[in-house]
Amino acid sequence: MAREATRNRKIAFTAFAWLVGLTLFFPILWTILTSFKTEGEAIATPPSLLFFEWSLENYFEVQRRSNYLRHAMNSVVISLGSTGLGLLVAIPAAWAMAFSPGKHTKDILMWMLSTKMLPAVGVLMPIYLICQSLGLLDSRIALVAVLMMMNLPIIVWMLYTYFKEIPGEILEAARMDGASLGKEIVYVLTPMAVPGIASTLLLNIILAWNEAFWTLNLTSSQAAPLTAFIASYSSPEGLFWAKLSAASTLAIAPILVMGWFSQKQLVRGLTFGAVK
Amino acid sequence: MGAITLEKVTKEFSGVKVIPGVDLEIAHGEFVVFVGPSGCGKSTLLRLIAGLEDVSSGTIRIDGVDATGLAPARRSLAMVFQSYALYPHMSVYKNIAFPLKMAGMPEADIKAKVEAAARTLNLTDYLDRRPGQLSGGQRQRVAIGRAIVREPEAFLFDEPLSNLDAALRVNMRLEISELHQSLKTTMIYVTHDQVEAMTMADKIVVLHAGRIEQVGSPLELYRNPANVFVAGFIGSPKMNLIEGAPAAKYNARTIGVRPEHIQLSTESGEWAGVVGVAEHLGSDTFLHVQVEGIGQVTARISGELNIHHGDRVWLTPPPERIHRFDGEGTAI
Repeated sequence: MAREATRNRKIAFTAFAWLVGLTLFFPILWTILTSFKTEGEAIATPPSLLFFEWSLENYFEVQRRSNYLRHAMNSVVISLGSTGLGLLVAIPAAWAMAFSPGKHTKDILMWMLSTKMLPAVGVLMPIYLICQSLGLLDSRIALVAVLMMMNLPIIVWMLYTYFKEIPGEILEAARMDGASLGKEIVYVLTPMAVPGIASTLLLNIILAWNEAFWTLNLTSSQAAPLTAFIASYSSPEGLFWAKLSAASTLAIAPILVMGWFSQKQLVRGLTFGAVK
Repeated sequence: MGAITLEKVTKEFSGVKVIPGVDLEIAHGEFVVFVGPSGCGKSTLLRLIAGLEDVSSGTIRIDGVDATGLAPARRSLAMVFQSYALYPHMSVYKNIAFPLKMAGMPEADIKAKVEAAARTLNLTDYLDRRPGQLSGGQRQRVAIGRAIVREPEAFLFDEPLSNLDAALRVNMRLEISELHQSLKTTMIYVTHDQVEAMTMADKIVVLHAGRIEQVGSPLELYRNPANVFVAGFIGSPKMNLIEGAPAAKYNARTIGVRPEHIQLSTESGEWAGVVGVAEHLGSDTFLHVQVEGIGQVTARISGELNIHHGDRVWLTPPPERIHRFDGEGTAI
């Protein structure tokens, strides 16, 4: 009896989880399907789910109208650049806070997190004006710098939690064993921290890739990444659902593929510290 | 050599004096155990000797040389940690070889030394494994192996057995004692377990609130505890400490009598009481007796006894076995 009840409950939970999962996935699926329709079919009521004339026309059209590769290159440079730069700053910071915390380490961490509570639009004006006077509007440099700063609190927090998990005694053992600070970092700390750094890197590439607020506000054409490329299909000449969908699919495809292959690392990075 | 001297060593953590001032002499080749309840400062004292913490004031000498400001690696001490602190990403071989590699020893010498240590510690079959694939006892052996290959002046052990189960703990205790016999190197061992202290030490240092309460051989501490704290801490079951009228009779504020010294009778004696709990171990019987006018007194009687809960008994402390303490708790 009890076993049967547990089984029924399991089935119910599984069904519910699938329902939630599919609901969340549906808009993405719909976008992908729409990208293979003609503009007419895309707005038809009732919409056809699978039975329409599949075509790649939208993809060719999108590539003809705007240079996908240039935008993709911008996305790659901006997301890799801001993440790399962020790690460069965050690793020593998180290191110091995890291994030789001061009186106010906790306060600093909270303060860094609190900057994420401020709505981005609140600092749009000053940042826009700074970029303007430095002549950095529509440049990759500005986006790399701004996105690095926006994601820095998260990078530091993730690395901090990760480093915290490395037992201090292991580092002390290395010190007793005669390792200098340099050797301690090369032989003991880095190999132990690599998984954490890797998952932080992956998550931040995704965050930077998908970032739309700053990329839309600080770029127009030269430095515009894929987010701006998508947005360009929803404006002046009216709505073109099928082409917009094709652009969106092209924009999310690289990051989706990357996310798929690095699932294990990502989940590990996000749940780290939650379970010992 | 491996003589260690502490002179007026103090340690403060953000204004709180954890070690108010310790003077201690450890002779070459001695097995010294720091024992005390948790938070008594014993691990801090060990870490000060290791150099993992800086002293607030005072001097630490190793073989007569002032080592107070030396980095941990330059004190030629090896430490075994409670959590083993093995490098999880390295094989057993690489773990043991690590200190030698750091010292820049040639690969061939490292190999010979690691293999010799592995033979001593029965680890030869596990050299290619990672620490995660070993049992607790094996991990502890790897940690000891990593310590012995360096041929240090002294070994520091920080509660090395507390993560092991009871049976393994007894085994490892013996192995560490045997290691000490064969290496004849100074060992400083920290534990909260007075049984470990009594069984392993040449010299026990009893610590309480950062102060040394008494230093002496296990039997010295057992026979002549310097104060109430040491009396209550050393010995199992604990010494009975009695205050009030029964103590005044002996001209003391507190008297102490070990459970194993109490004489038992079912007919007459000094203290009358009723057995609350009788623990029959076969070799011994522990009686927890509710004595009128005193409270609970524990008696340890050798062999098997036909005495049970509710029985009326008489206990007599032999006068020569009574420890007397004054108002400050110091032995008279």
